[in-house]
This record gives sequence, C-alpha cells and structure tokens, in this order.
Amino acid sequence: MPADQTQFRTALLDPTLPVPVGLTDGAGQPTTKRFAVYRNNVTVALTEALKTAFPVLVSLLGRDSFDQLARLFVRTHPPTSPLMMHYGAHMPAFLSDFPPLSHIKYLSDVARLELALRQSYHAADMDPFDASRLGRLDADRIMASTLTLAPATILIPSVWPLFDIWRYNTQSGAPKPRAMAQPVLITRAEFDPEPHPLTPAQAAWLTKIMDGATLVAAQDSAMAVDPGFDLSALLTLLIQNNAIANFTTPKD
Amino acid sequence: MLDATRTPPRLPCAPGVGYKPQHFSDLRAAPGPIGWLEVHAENYMGDGGRPHAQLRALRDDFAISVHGVGLSIGGEGPLDKDHLDRLKSLMTWLEPASFSEHLAWSTHGTEFLDDLLPLPYTEATLARVASHIDQVQDVLGRQMLLENPSSYLAFADSTMSETDFLSELVQRTGCGLLLDVNNVFISATNLNYTPEGYLDAYPIHAVGEIHVGGHDADADDAGAPLLIDSHGRATADPVWALLDHALAATGSAPVLVEWDNDVPHWATLRAEAERAAHALATATAP
Repeated sequence: MPADQTQFRTALLDPTLPVPVGLTDGAGQPTTKRFAVYRNNVTVALTEALKTAFPVLVSLLGRDSFDQLARLFVRTHPPTSPLMMHYGAHMPAFLSDFPPLSHIKYLSDVARLELALRQSYHAADMDPFDASRLGRLDADRIMASTLTLAPATILIPSVWPLFDIWRYNTQSGAPKPRAMAQPVLITRAEFDPEPHPLTPAQAAWLTKIMDGATLVAAQDSAMAVDPGFDLSALLTLLIQNNAIANFTTPKD
Repeated sequence: MLDATRTPPRLPCAPGVGYKPQHFSDLRAAPGPIGWLEVHAENYMGDGGRPHAQLRALRDDFAISVHGVGLSIGGEGPLDKDHLDRLKSLMTWLEPASFSEHLAWSTHGTEFLDDLLPLPYTEATLARVASHIDQVQDVLGRQMLLENPSSYLAFADSTMSETDFLSELVQRTGCGLLLDVNNVFISATNLNYTPEGYLDAYPIHAVGEIHVGGHDADADDAGAPLLIDSHGRATADPVWALLDHALAATGSAPVLVEWDNDVPHWATLRAEAERAAHALATATAP
C-alpha cells in the first residue's frame, strides 16, 4: 500500500521515522537522502520564518538556542494557514510553558511585541482623524466621547521593561533596560510600525478606550493607577502618529 | 463557467522578475528590459500597509502576475475555501494579467507545511487535481496556469508520465501551463531522463509563461547527482540552453527570472533579465 499524504506528512516532521513506502529514485536505490530534501525544506522554511518573525528573541537567546527552540516549535505548532505573515501566534504561550526557558519571564511579552509589530505592518490603512475638530468642542463633550483607534494601533501590556528590552536588542548604543513596568504601544503613522513606552496609567487608559469606554471612564481607570495621570502627553502621541481613526461625540 | 465576454489582460512576451520589496526603488529607476513582475499571492493577503501600497504603485508601470504558493492544488483534502476567498479578493482589487499555481500539495488538514510536496501520477490524482483546478477557475472567473514541480523522488504507483499527466489536465480543465525549465532540468537530472525528451513530450501549445531560476547541487545515497531547487543563485548554463530549446517551440513568451533566497542587488538580477531578453530576441529573430 503506497504512502498517502498523512503518512508522508508524519514522516516529514519526524526524522526518527522511516521514509514512507512506495517512493523511488527511478533506479531502485534507497530514497533516504531524497526524502530528506523535503524534510529539510519544510524545517528550514519554517525555522527561517520564525527567525524573521522574532529577531529580538533570536538576539536574546542566541542563534543556536533559538534554532533548537524553533525546531521543537515547528513540530508541535506547524502553521495553520498559508499566510506565513501570521505564523508564530502560539509562541508566547509556548514560551511560558517551556520549562528550560520559563524562568526568563519576559520572553512571552517580547514574543507578543514582535507578533504585534508584524500584525501592525499588515493592518488595514485608515485615514487619520482630523484633530482640528477637537478645538470646536467643549471639554465636557470631549470627555463624554469615545475613540476608534486605527487597526495598526496595538497595546501590549507588560510588567517588564518591555520597551527597553526591545530597544536594547535592536538599536546599537541603547541604554540597558531599567527595572520597571513598561507596557508598549505600537502605532503606524504611515507604513512603519513604531513601539512607544507607556506608563501603567497610560496603558490603563488605552485598555478602557479600546474596550469602547468614554474618555471620562478611561480617565477614572488611569487615575486609579496614578492620581497624577496627565492625558495630554498620550493624546499628543496618538494624534502625531495617526493612531486615532475616529472620535465619536455623544448624540444630544 | 469562465466569462468569455471579458478579455483578461495578458503578460507581455518580455522578461519579468520575481518582485522583492528591497528592489522597489531601483526597479522603478532602472527597470532595464523588465516588462512584468511576479508576486507571491500570500505575501499580499494582509489588510493593507506597505505591501499593498507598493503593488498599487508598481501596477502603473508593470504587468503583474500573481503566483500562489499556498492553495495546495494537489492536496488529498478539499481546497481551503477561506484561502480561495482571500485569493479572489486580491485578484479583484489588483486585476493582474495572470494567475498561476503549482502541481503540488502543501496543506494537510489544517496544517500548512510551506513546501511544494510531490504527487503520484495516477488516475485518482488526475481526477482530484482536475476538480481543484475547475474550482479555482470557477471562483476566479479566469484561466489559471499550472507549474510543473521540481522532483527529488518518484512514486512507485505512478501510472503515467508527468507530461501525460499535464496534457490530460489541460484537456480536462482548459487550464494553461507555466513551464519552469529549471524544474525540468532538476527533475530530469534527479530522476534520470533527458530534459529535451521531457520538453518534446510536453503540451507546449498550452504554455502561457516560462520560469528560469537557480539550483544547488548535492548527491543522493548512491552518490548520484541530486539537484535542489534553491532559487538562491544565478540560472545555470544548461537551464538557459533549455530555455532556448523551449522558446524554439513556443515562439515568444513571458519569461520570468526567479531568485527568492540570498536575493542579490538589483543590478545582478537585472543582468539575468537581460540574458532572458537576449534569449527571447534570438528565438524570435527572422
């Protein structure tokens, strides 16, 4: 009985299994090295895709350790879609459940940040909100409004110095990470996603806004974290980076 | 049913290259003989951003060929309807001159294996692949081109040659063919037949596009040559010779240079395209 695609696939991802039956080189010789070309193609294609997707993880772990991790990951979590731009979505959960690395607790957040950068890169385009509209509204109406953020705008909560870790591993001469909680906001002013460090109060404000809460409710959440929370710096950052798609004032 | 009332745009009978984003500016400033570009469909199935913006800019200057690498037309299971819908959306907004895919499988169940895997050439495979091609052509409302694979091994239970298999698919579905002469050279070397003999048996009338590209050399268990389809270097001389052989039969055709790994500077890739332009000029000289 010749090998079907189920047997072919099983042997592809497990090099300890024998080559499927019914394969030939046309001259009656063993096909081990020939089948190994497909095994190698699949493993290399998927591990290279992970290296491209997670350059900061590669930098933090070193190439050899990342290669070992990637080979294990591709066997347990092969892609579930031909859209390789989304491959690696399980990496944060995989890292937090992976005993040899689970002591490096910020790795999952780094993986989330790298996934979000790619997601932002491919996100839908959006005409930015015209900020001059705000000048025509009184403060009460502004605070009763809700915001729609551009699809490329992504928040990654973290209790680790996530922005500092990202910068230290991507920019030469960047300062060493400081011990602090540092959530990250990704914006895409045009085509290039850019991470920004946030305070925990700013992250609390954005979390509420992304849930559809009004500015006044978001303000309460932020002030519960830090009574000195000042909205203006965050609002400026959002407007300057084209992160606000729409501003919805309440109907009278 | 294919819509015969609308004539789709066609690829020019000129050299094309596989588009790489790092070449965006150089390509537009100094295109050389390039008349068209091939893009991998799956890289443009995000929602927007730079990939879409670049394609919108490029299609003003170049005909575009969309080349799928993820449909798994040879898969034992049904085609992925979501993926087919994504492809339809891309084809609708981009309006490319051509769509092509591979005689191979790459998806198993819900898993995507990111490689072009081989098929036995049997009646059962023929019926399945033909029905998948029918489905793709119905959904897209246009003819597709099917590319011959590069093979590292064969199946003992194959009952027909690859050329007979392709001829039969053309007959049953009305699809066109993408003749990859690098793949022909690789498969012929690896499976011990002559590439010229393959071309002589190949349904050359159905060719809508030709590919050339680079390969690497290795050896199998018995020390016999084993060529690997790496797309990581310049096209080898015997593959250029095979292009001449094919063009002698097809007449002028769109010829694409593929270079997907260790992508060179634009000048190097353009020089390859100039070699393709020379082959086209020679083949069509009176």
